[in-house]
Amino acid sequence: MAVATAPSALLDRPSSIDVAVIDTDIHITFPSPDVLTNYLAPEWREHHRTFGMRGHQGSHYPRAMPNAARHDSWPAAGGPPGSNLGFVQEQLLDGWNIEYGILNPLVGVGEQRNLAYGAALARAVNEWQLHDWVEPEARLRASVVVPWEDGELAAAEIDHWGGHSAFVQALLIIRTKEPLGRRKYWKMYEAAERNNLPIGIHFGGAGGGPITGAGWPSHYIEDHGGMPQAFQAQVISLIYEGVFERFPGLQIVLIEGGFAWIPPMLWRMDAAWRKLGAETPYLKRPPSEVFREHFWVSTQPMEEPLQREYFRQLLDQLAMDDRLLFATDYPHWDFDAPDQAFPIALDPVRKRNFMAENARRLYGLP
Amino acid sequence: MPLPPTIDCDLHNEVPSKESLYPYLPDYWLDYCRESAFTGPDAADYPATIPTSARPGATAIPALSEIQEKALNGAEIGILNCAYRVQSVRNEELAGALATAVNRWQIEHWLEKEPRLRASIVVPSQNPALAAAEIERWGDHPGFIQVILPVRSEAPYGNRRYDPIFEAAVRHNLVVGINFGGAAGNPPTPSGWPSLYIEEYAGMAQIFQSQATSLVMEGAFDRYPELRVAFIEGGFTWLPSLMWRMDKEWKGLRHNTPWVKRAPSLYWREHLRLTIQPVDGPANATHLGQIVEQIDSDEMLLYGSDYPHLHDSESALFATLPVPLEQKIRSENARAFYRL
Repeated sequence: MAVATAPSALLDRPSSIDVAVIDTDIHITFPSPDVLTNYLAPEWREHHRTFGMRGHQGSHYPRAMPNAARHDSWPAAGGPPGSNLGFVQEQLLDGWNIEYGILNPLVGVGEQRNLAYGAALARAVNEWQLHDWVEPEARLRASVVVPWEDGELAAAEIDHWGGHSAFVQALLIIRTKEPLGRRKYWKMYEAAERNNLPIGIHFGGAGGGPITGAGWPSHYIEDHGGMPQAFQAQVISLIYEGVFERFPGLQIVLIEGGFAWIPPMLWRMDAAWRKLGAETPYLKRPPSEVFREHFWVSTQPMEEPLQREYFRQLLDQLAMDDRLLFATDYPHWDFDAPDQAFPIALDPVRKRNFMAENARRLYGLP
Repeated sequence: MPLPPTIDCDLHNEVPSKESLYPYLPDYWLDYCRESAFTGPDAADYPATIPTSARPGATAIPALSEIQEKALNGAEIGILNCAYRVQSVRNEELAGALATAVNRWQIEHWLEKEPRLRASIVVPSQNPALAAAEIERWGDHPGFIQVILPVRSEAPYGNRRYDPIFEAAVRHNLVVGINFGGAAGNPPTPSGWPSLYIEEYAGMAQIFQSQATSLVMEGAFDRYPELRVAFIEGGFTWLPSLMWRMDKEWKGLRHNTPWVKRAPSLYWREHLRLTIQPVDGPANATHLGQIVEQIDSDEMLLYGSDYPHLHDSESALFATLPVPLEQKIRSENARAFYRL
């Protein structure tokens, strides 16, 4: 595979960012398959080698580039993008002077149809994050990867790591098998609330059904560009099915879903609730109010209107200045550079909050 | 100055029962409908008992007289969007026979009785060849100006399997209307089946977004440059956010879809129109005005009352608009788009 090992053009350009930066979406993976196997509980290693990971085949669209990665993110030392701590330090953490970074490994654990195997994989991935990444690098924090399709197994994994300062959230992907408001997931929320951990829900994955409510599209751009619809459906489910009435301490982080869709979706949800609220008698407040108290939103990939003024209007409509979280999505192709991500010049307060302070508050970082 | 009469692009004429179609069914399917357990298409997208299905004073399945009294009052033209979901009938031959029967019923009971009405051809779109034949059958009837498809489909409408439908619609100078609802068998969300009606109802906007994306990215507008698509009862406030997102996606990934020559928002401004109900407006009227401005086109919105369904008043929308734009939305955009 052709890999670019020269220093990135981005690194050659001095960062002009003048505030602290916390990156809420960094992707890491294994330098080689053996690393995962070695962290796996011994009784699962033979199963892992023989049968391996089995998710929802037939659901995937080839990315436009290998590993969905920036061409310059392949480590010179070998291995895939995001697998080499030294290179992540050089290219991302030092290169952009990142104060803290949140790890979101997307390694297919929660999509395993064999749930017990998925739980064993989750434990291995979490051990690996701790020992190979967070312990050697004080700027990094990890996300508890969980086997989300089984509420009890997911809750057990959250309880296992809940008190550990290396882990700042539990991590799911947006394409679950069922809408996340459904009761099969509630034990996981109970555990997250009990351990005071937010639940991060990240772009991607495959739950077995098509990415649109109208069946399978043909192209990667429809899958990648269709994720905001998946995010909207999950917000609709979580709020209308009463998750936050049952778990008032639960906080949700929407990661890599964009955010321009939020204001019109909330208007629609409020309008529907005014007419159909008899179906959700437990929901006493407008959905928009619940959303602004329970959701946080990462910024990448940011919708970009040609007329920059519309972006300012969007921020006003969103009214969530205290809950937007900057993210680069390193090492993926649609990486957002800290000094260029926003299409408008932000005032100093918004800039500080979006780039670091909101994330510092959410994740309890020093 | 009083406003000119409206062109209402969204009125519902629903089939009261399968028996209403008996006069129009061939013998075999008449016998089948009488003898079998078939009670009609299984879509349940607008259960008659649910508050949004009928506004106060309206009935969920209104008769012509009710439409004339309550919906056509002040209207120059009303476009009927029959939501009889033959697309949910797995037996495609039966679906085709039912579609033909519905269209005959529309002519006899609606078009021939009220000259202000126009109608939409119901087609078994799960079988595009049969659907194209149905369009052929009625395409030259002056009362039919549109082919109606449910937004929930087996595959997104940009998929080439639907080409025969678009080919026939374009040949007969018909708009393709895509409206709220349907039940194609797939779950209505990207993450499976939700528990509640309100989730399906609010979530229908996402399916419109997916269809808008598919029509551009899978090349339907490139294969059929004359294709005109109306989104009916899907809301419109989400459109700017989709434009910004998909224009950016196209910038990064357009080498994977080289037939798409322009930014998606430019295709939509040319080929796509949206009816205004549900307005889905914010409490803050300024924000609604911003959305209309962000759409960046005076041509895209069409007046549609969506009678008899229950929605918030459109007055909040019109209050934010300059009078010339209001007049375009009330009638002139539809006149131009539907070539009335």
